[in-house]
Amino acid sequence: MKIEVTVNGEHQSYDVEPRMLLVHFLREVVGLTGTHVGCETSLCGACSVMLNGDAVKSCTVLAVQADGAEITTIEGLAQNGELHPIQEGFWECHGLQCGFCTPGMIIAAHQLLERNPKPNEADIRRGIEGNLCRCTGYQHIVDAVQYASKKMTR
Amino acid sequence: MTPFDYHAPKTLRSAMRLVQEFGDDAKVLAGGHSLIPSMKLRLAAPSVVIDLGGVAGLKRVTAGNETITIGALATHYAVESHRLLPSKCSLLPETAAEIGDAQVRNRGTVGGSIAHADPAADWPATMLALDAQFDIAGPDGERAVAASDFFVDLFITDLQPGEVLTGIRIATPPENSGGAYVKMRQSASGFALAGVAAQVTLDDAGNCASVAVGVTGVAPAAYRAHAVEDALVGQGIDAVADAAAHAADGVEEFQEDHHASGDYRAHLARVFTQRALSQAIDRAA
Ligand code: FES
Ligand code: FES
Repeated sequence: MKIEVTVNGEHQSYDVEPRMLLVHFLREVVGLTGTHVGCETSLCGACSVMLNGDAVKSCTVLAVQADGAEITTIEGLAQNGELHPIQEGFWECHGLQCGFCTPGMIIAAHQLLERNPKPNEADIRRGIEGNLCRCTGYQHIVDAVQYASKKMTR
Repeated sequence: MTPFDYHAPKTLRSAMRLVQEFGDDAKVLAGGHSLIPSMKLRLAAPSVVIDLGGVAGLKRVTAGNETITIGALATHYAVESHRLLPSKCSLLPETAAEIGDAQVRNRGTVGGSIAHADPAADWPATMLALDAQFDIAGPDGERAVAASDFFVDLFITDLQPGEVLTGIRIATPPENSGGAYVKMRQSASGFALAGVAAQVTLDDAGNCASVAVGVTGVAPAAYRAHAVEDALVGQGIDAVADAAAHAADGVEEFQEDHHASGDYRAHLARVFTQRALSQAIDRAA
């Protein structure tokens, strides 16, 4: 089936099978492997991307459902070689170890800060509750989001 | 996932035509947060998927003085973040906020959850407590069914072959009303081991003029805890504990799995009914 999507600002049409998941489409058809597949069962959040402005778990969306949509993946956040403030926060605050969960964490944090630019710690933990990290113990991720919040609201 | 043909109708009329045409071979897709997981596990293997996501007008949420309407395709987040609902009927956004996580709430829909009728889903309890009416389109036109007649059994509702849930209508609660939804989450999935929605209206003396309690997670289908309601009508907050003891009365079969026994779920139903009612009365006062 033919679909048209705008991924990180680039508009293109593709031919996909209806059963292809959005995450597989992004990774294997578009070639953007920053979005990860962790559980494939909507639990871990590693596959999170922005779909028309909403963070979604792209393992639980069909690529055909994204026909006509605008998608932002982790690759779309940095602008002109400058890290996005959330990415910078993860860098500065050691918000990652292995990095597997990081793209999804950053997308979830992005959604949170859009809706609530100055979240407190509880807000942050709730905002990323759909994302699992097996390395950091979360505290450094919370710090990273706080760093980004400060920088973005300055 | 086994292969399927995908249709994305733009109007309800063409969606209904497709539903009639493909019958049992087809599944209707809303937000996809129940159907897609089921298809991945091959618990569902439809040969045709009819996606309602592009159908105009099914996503609207309105909160008037008389009636609240929720389109079947409205997301949980649309209810959670609705500007007027916290003051008109706080039970709705409170329930929405308890579902899954932010990404799931962005995508999952109220109508999809209701039509799927997972025994541990949150919405059925709240819809029962609010006496919701469900609007259903079918081959012979439209009909409405009350929430209390809708949830029949495990994943079974009153929806007949060829019918599609299109929206939800709720009478806006009067002044002096309050609601609360509390649940025990299964910690990995976030689904309710037991979830209780309570909605009360107080009279001038501060006693309960009306009480409605919906319980999910405990039995194969969500149910109204009528014994609790009967014990509390005309009474005040002091009667809550005794009334809540009846929260699992009349349940013939309990949900039971490796997460929680039936006895434990019955216990949770009573405890959470007490909490939900106390909060609801507090908020109504
Ligand atoms: S891969 Fe999508 S939530 Fe884990
Ligand atoms: S950094 Fe390894 S899973 Fe989060």
